[in-house]
Amino acid sequence: MRVPLSWLREYVDLPATETGRDVQAKLISAGLEVETVEQLGHDLKGPLVVGQVLTIEELEGFKKPIRFCTVDVGRANGTGEPQEIVCGARNFAVGDKVVVVLPGATLPGGFSISARKTYGRTSHGMICSSDELGMGDDGTKGIIVLPPETEVGRDAIELLELVDEVLDIAVTANRGDCLSIRGVARETAIAYGLPLRDPALLDVPAPNAFGYPVKISEPLGCDRFTARTVSGLRPEARSPIWLQRRLQKVGMRPISLAVDVTNYVMMELGQPLHAYDRGLVQGAIGVRRAEEGETIVTLDGVERTLHAEDLVITDDRGPIGLAGVMGGANTEIADHEDVEGATTDVVIEAAHFDAVSIARTARRHKLSSEASRRFERGVDPQAASAAAQRTVDLLVLLAGGTADAGVTEVVAPSAPHTITVPADHPDKVAGVTYGRETVVRRLQEIGCDVYGQDELIVTVPSWRPDLLEANDLAEEVIRLEGYENLPSTLPKPPSGRGLTHRQRLHRRVGRALAGAGFVEAPNYPFVSEQVFDQLGLDADDPARRVVRLVNPLSDEEPALRTSLLPGLLGALRRNDGRGSHDLALFETGLVFHPRAERPVAGHVPVDRRPTDEEIAALDAALPEQPRHVAVVLAGAREQAGWWGKGRPADWADAVEAARVVAREAGADLVVRKGRYGPWHPGRCAELVVVADGAEQVVGHAGELHPRVLKALGLPERTCAMEVNLDGLERAGDDTPQAPGISTFPVATQDVALVVDKPVPHAEVEAALREGAGELLEGIRLFDVYENAEQLGDGRKSLAYALRFRAGDRTLTVDEASAARDAAVALAAERTGAVLRG
Amino acid sequence: MSAPNKSYDPVEVEALKPEEIERMRDEALAAFAAADSLDALQEAKVAHTGGTSPLALANREIGALPPHAKAEAGKRVGQARGAVNKALAVRQAELEAERDARVLVEEDVDVSLPYDRVPAGARHPLTTLSERIEDIFVAMGYEVAEGPQVEAEWFNFDALNIGPDHPARGEADTFFVEGPDGGADSGVVLRTHTSPVQIRSLLDRELPVYVICPGRVYRTDELDATHTPVFHQVELLAVDEGLTMADLKGTLDHMVQSLFGEGMKTRLRPNFFPFTEPSAEMDMVCYVCRGESVGNPDRPCRTCSSEGWIELGGCGMVNPRVLTACGVDPEKYSGFAFGFGIERMLMFRHNVEDMRDMVEGDIRFTRPFGMEI
Repeated sequence: MRVPLSWLREYVDLPATETGRDVQAKLISAGLEVETVEQLGHDLKGPLVVGQVLTIEELEGFKKPIRFCTVDVGRANGTGEPQEIVCGARNFAVGDKVVVVLPGATLPGGFSISARKTYGRTSHGMICSSDELGMGDDGTKGIIVLPPETEVGRDAIELLELVDEVLDIAVTANRGDCLSIRGVARETAIAYGLPLRDPALLDVPAPNAFGYPVKISEPLGCDRFTARTVSGLRPEARSPIWLQRRLQKVGMRPISLAVDVTNYVMMELGQPLHAYDRGLVQGAIGVRRAEEGETIVTLDGVERTLHAEDLVITDDRGPIGLAGVMGGANTEIADHEDVEGATTDVVIEAAHFDAVSIARTARRHKLSSEASRRFERGVDPQAASAAAQRTVDLLVLLAGGTADAGVTEVVAPSAPHTITVPADHPDKVAGVTYGRETVVRRLQEIGCDVYGQDELIVTVPSWRPDLLEANDLAEEVIRLEGYENLPSTLPKPPSGRGLTHRQRLHRRVGRALAGAGFVEAPNYPFVSEQVFDQLGLDADDPARRVVRLVNPLSDEEPALRTSLLPGLLGALRRNDGRGSHDLALFETGLVFHPRAERPVAGHVPVDRRPTDEEIAALDAALPEQPRHVAVVLAGAREQAGWWGKGRPADWADAVEAARVVAREAGADLVVRKGRYGPWHPGRCAELVVVADGAEQVVGHAGELHPRVLKALGLPERTCAMEVNLDGLERAGDDTPQAPGISTFPVATQDVALVVDKPVPHAEVEAALREGAGELLEGIRLFDVYENAEQLGDGRKSLAYALRFRAGDRTLTVDEASAARDAAVALAAERTGAVLRG
Repeated sequence: MSAPNKSYDPVEVEALKPEEIERMRDEALAAFAAADSLDALQEAKVAHTGGTSPLALANREIGALPPHAKAEAGKRVGQARGAVNKALAVRQAELEAERDARVLVEEDVDVSLPYDRVPAGARHPLTTLSERIEDIFVAMGYEVAEGPQVEAEWFNFDALNIGPDHPARGEADTFFVEGPDGGADSGVVLRTHTSPVQIRSLLDRELPVYVICPGRVYRTDELDATHTPVFHQVELLAVDEGLTMADLKGTLDHMVQSLFGEGMKTRLRPNFFPFTEPSAEMDMVCYVCRGESVGNPDRPCRTCSSEGWIELGGCGMVNPRVLTACGVDPEKYSGFAFGFGIERMLMFRHNVEDMRDMVEGDIRFTRPFGMEI
């Protein structure tokens, strides 16, 4: 809401020295978000005067038409001689009154005016457009032509009210009353402790039976309808400058007198109004719900198909307006320029509509208007008749119309809203002792009637439909007493239990991966479904089942991720494209899998705690949202340097990242050969844990498939790992047990075993471990060797260092050798391993 | 080598003659002096002080002497061996000093060489800043609560007093989730704030409830320098008997002091949110200029645009309707809540100039933030 300070001062006698910024500070403190104070004309300097065009000479030979004019500016130029001015605009004629800026003046934006040569003549000033004067849009797109009665030589800065301050207020959804000068003036008056001259306090004639007929068949949607008629409007009457200027300052465009007046009164009082061309309305005006499928062409020229819940204004033919939102084209006021068919008689509507109904209609038709914004947020129903009266008065005054004696008022009876509240309730909410007297005084200031002692009975004013409950009243008291005066105290929460196991795990995983050289890169969860083809997923891969958005930001990416890889690989590609080629990135985050059964999340009441069944039903409508962790690698894992060669990232780095994560989770991770869409079929590890007694594949790691790299434009040999962190957590053991530490000497034995190439190391090691028995302290693979000549085709040698130790004695060589032999024997039995020479 | 032999005349034992012992001593001293390295000295040491060295052998012969001769021979040999050992120690020290001076210097390296073999990793500052804030409240006794990001509208709106027709519901820029049949009315959205976690906390936990709810939230804003459709919030909820706005203010003051230093404070300005009543906008004093740039053109402040205050987010007393929807008796309990965006705080706390830097995953942006913030 834009509020010119000059308009505000009409209703509140602010001290003359008070600036817009002062008022801003007061209103912010009272709770109105005054975002800016616009300084209109602050850099404007005269002389800027009214002139009358005496002669126009059309200059030939230029790219665009140019006029050389002489303009009478009275004594304003000191000589009384006609002023010679070159002008490029054409929307004026000899005899017109225009605004002239004379040499020595400065226009908004610091544009200094002096006599200058142009188009072969000397121009002593300029004839001005509204744009050049910083007035906003007047719809003419040319220079300003003033009403003929305007006095020549008069100061135009004052005439056009060019110097002003405009407060721009972001009105919150509960304060519909502040979408009017009246409402903001009331807040200003309270903030300054000054009386308010309420513009809605007008003498209004009593309703009678001979006003324009109105029939309300939907009193729940429309509890008040005032209709007044004005006849004999002069078709050529235009809005006076002061009215146009006020509309411009609040951000509206002047259109025609009748429309301007209804807009003006809406801005002043907050009551949306509509003016119908009486000659075009056929029969009684009605208010009813629309019939499903009925249509109306609204003032914006759009044909709209109506919904059975939409409220409409009708005449005998059908809808003539979308109630509280926008009028219909079929009863539109005709513009004054078309004098022949111009409107001379109008019906003025000032009605009050149900906020919810208007909100739904506006949303349904994606049609938000000045009227609907106000009705949605609450309009003072008591202001309707005053607003109608004000409109009538202005039309009579400015258009020479006659107010008809008929006054229609259809009102559904309603009682004012009353709240019972303990007098110390605001004290308890604030933690401050205000005392009953202060509470009552503050409530009276905002217009409440207050009775009672310890228990207050508060009747709220008609313009504050947002005041419904005790806390609403507490807020009024606290804000007027000043939020800035609240003390600062600390509550004493009960002792907490710190982070949960799961929360600590999430932090540990991040730290461990960062410690291993990975950089965290969180990504948006929006993906295209084509990415699953690019990742080489099978047609029936469950990861292709996605949660989709109704209104995605981009139609290219309408789905939520089921894997972190698309986003993370995108980040890798982006980094690579920006010249960082050695990359190790990680992300932890949620992925989304729709459930097989997906009920719609139904309606659950809010006036009580939902039942466990209702909560379960809401949760059942949600997808599964497990937390995943993923890494991607490309380029060098170890840099080359003075220490020697670098090492490219490879499949083993990706698998190792999985081990790092599993270690943090305390989970025993089984790494075995796997095959899964995005990965190189020969270099893919399946990551397995045992949770609740069952084996579970929790992820994959390795080098990505060359086809995937090509499809996604990734560096060659890009590697990746993704694992379900929740799955790892379930398999994890939170409380590691301390091993016994023997201080007896260690006995080491090395063995080299030859096996067929496909035999995995993991199986050989498992057999060695089991065979070696309890004397085995540790085992480590220290070499893998393949040589067809020495080992035979398809064979490989695995060399292990075994460390034996007993807890109670020094082992003899024989004991260690026996344990080694048992280990080798079991490996031979299980894997066909042969001890190498 | 020779066993004691009583029949020998001690004067006949060649090795124990004084001149022999002197010779052995002198030879040892000469050999030590001639040793030019620790290795050579080690050899000389074995040759002249070892078990088979002439002096050691001579020492053994003493046992074969008659008692009257033993003392004198013993004294002679002992003095000689003492001299030899002393000379050895001196020479050992000399050679070690020489090695230290020479060899270790030869092993000198350029310690300024880099060792960025595996460049350091880092956690994203949005993660670590959120954790930092969580930790402040965990230290006070709050617990961290989490919830789903795809959320039922009841949790995201209705229970928070944002009914189906509430103007705020239309303004929330919500991503709606398709129903199973592709329909738009699934009742499921991407959560627009972490407030649904507050609702879940009130439903799940025993009273009193003191929780902090960090997490990702979603709104349909296009990504630009100051907006992102996916961002992070931290919200706090306290519900207990007798909580007041003064408690809210004190809790906010404590937070900004923990994050930005002593003397920091907050300011509340009236505002409106459906889920709190009374509601407020919260600002903190600019931690850079501490308000001194206001009206002081000589000392402009970029961080607060010389406003003196930095807008943090929204807060207020939990609307009794919200408590009712969660089965909490508003006559007995009251509560306060606040919430703010992590991105914004990261921007002004760490001079991030473009929101896009936080979402693009560029390692050059993230690396300097390290493990904690």
